[in-house]
Amino acid sequence: MNFPAELKYTKDHEWLKAIDETTALVGITDFAQSELGDLVFINLPQEGDEVTADESFCDVESVKAVSDVMSPCTGVIAEVNTELEDEPQLLNEDPYGAWIAKVKDISAYGELMTADEYEALVQK
Amino acid sequence: MKLIFEKGAPGQHLSLMPPCDVPEVELSHPRRSPLDLPHVSETELTRHYTALAKRVHGVNDGFYPLGSCTMKYNPKINEDMAALPGFSQIHPLQPEETVQGCLEVLHEAGKLLGEITGMDAMTFQPAAGAHGEFTGLLLIKAYHVHRGDTARTKIIVPDSAHGTNPASAVMAGFTVVNIPSSPDGCVDVEALRGAVGPDTAGLMLTNPNTVGIFDKNILEITRIVHEAGGLCYYDGANLNAVMGVVRPGDMGFDVIHLNLHKTFSTPHGGGGPGSGAVGCKDFLRCFLPGPVVKKDEAGYHLVKPEHSIGRVKDFYGNFTVVVKALTYILTLGREGIPDAAKNAVLNANYMMKRLGEKYAMAYAGPCMHEFVMTLQDLKDETGCSAMDIAKGLLDHGIHPPTMYFPLIVHEALMVEPTETESQETMDEVCEVFLSLWDLAHTNPQALHDAPTKTPVRRLDEVGAARNPVLRYTKE
Repeated sequence: MNFPAELKYTKDHEWLKAIDETTALVGITDFAQSELGDLVFINLPQEGDEVTADESFCDVESVKAVSDVMSPCTGVIAEVNTELEDEPQLLNEDPYGAWIAKVKDISAYGELMTADEYEALVQK
Repeated sequence: MKLIFEKGAPGQHLSLMPPCDVPEVELSHPRRSPLDLPHVSETELTRHYTALAKRVHGVNDGFYPLGSCTMKYNPKINEDMAALPGFSQIHPLQPEETVQGCLEVLHEAGKLLGEITGMDAMTFQPAAGAHGEFTGLLLIKAYHVHRGDTARTKIIVPDSAHGTNPASAVMAGFTVVNIPSSPDGCVDVEALRGAVGPDTAGLMLTNPNTVGIFDKNILEITRIVHEAGGLCYYDGANLNAVMGVVRPGDMGFDVIHLNLHKTFSTPHGGGGPGSGAVGCKDFLRCFLPGPVVKKDEAGYHLVKPEHSIGRVKDFYGNFTVVVKALTYILTLGREGIPDAAKNAVLNANYMMKRLGEKYAMAYAGPCMHEFVMTLQDLKDETGCSAMDIAKGLLDHGIHPPTMYFPLIVHEALMVEPTETESQETMDEVCEVFLSLWDLAHTNPQALHDAPTKTPVRRLDEVGAARNPVLRYTKE
């Protein structure tokens, strides 16, 4: 399992990649996609949506279940990865490449972990 | 296997349709092409459906422990009653005075189900469980709006809930607030206390809950919601564990839906049709969908409640399903109903104890009518998942339990034997479960390859979900 060092992680298995002080890409981790299994649908947020740290901003559906994706930060959706609409399997194939949304105007972060801390959590 | 449309040949026909006894008329918008109907003989038609019937598994074929679905045996006397000409040879637009017997059935069924659940009024319009949830939530909404309390927009749902609960709440225009379960699988009372407020429209709950445990804090839970100004909704999916023993109305619930096709032994699966009867306390009666049956000295009448939310289905719901449920209630009677619930609980505990020799249970202690196993350790040790065990069961003629639900349990298998299985059947099934556990350790590949004896083997669920083909087109 892959835990890129440059990313920050949440206990709910999302990752955050800082672009600058107030902008970041967010997605779900390798562990999340492997637990969920093959994803078949994603309900993406919309540009301009306000998101809140530790609250759901998106949901993903596998053949097993629908799961909420929690936002790692508080801010405004600047862009969404619309490729995922037709190809949700990108989240399985390349979880760290397949970002879900770009968040701007970030005013707060939830509890974030380093790659090492997150790896330790997942190994438990 | 060929579809009925791919069988037969032009000119073949059958004589099942009676001769036309009304004058033929020209349609104002005639079809541009003829209707594409199958051309088959009666022999072929019969063989086609018999072949289909042989390829499915129902409760008449074998064990069917689908947790949360209560796949109990459906007594055949129910069918006899529903087929009586007075119930089957009628038209929904017939004058009231010519269908007094049918109205009496709806009235009696509502009264008896109200007695079983502690509710004061009932509608039979909703066609199934989720439809009932939607209807019940509209009642809650109508209640708040009628009082001018329009700030109540949130429905609280525990994370162990049936997936239909949040979905119905969203359909009814509410926002869903999820609260976590405590480690014993019950409602986290402190989390609930923190979640309620002036925006709380209500709480949706099933008790016993989805992990098969009766929530001992239920009176405190419903009191917290009521004190915050919200109403309490009871998802009746698990009523089979407690029917006739304890009443949701006495637990503090205001609205309830029942799955007559689960708890009250009417056909289930493959289209049912179902019946998601909704009951409510007296103060919500005026909002029920209309018409409802009212009794006076002159007989039974159909009336529309004063502030009705309107219809949720045409006419009176799936009427003959109500006839079957009423037959079941009258057959079992005041003593038989709680006996059925107690035997359902006894059977589940018997199987839990036997399977507990090898399988890990998700929660300790006795269960209600169903129990949840977690196969995470088995998967870690052998590579065989809950899915593999489920597929292995198919080769033994057993329908798998509910899988991967509730979501809070990893590699979950949820078993609900119901009261209508004998000890001998459960012993046989337990032997199969235990032998599959051994097989996972000795020959895991055999389980990865299962099923081998079914008409189709593992289906491409992912492909079906990603690229659904929902319409048949003739080549």
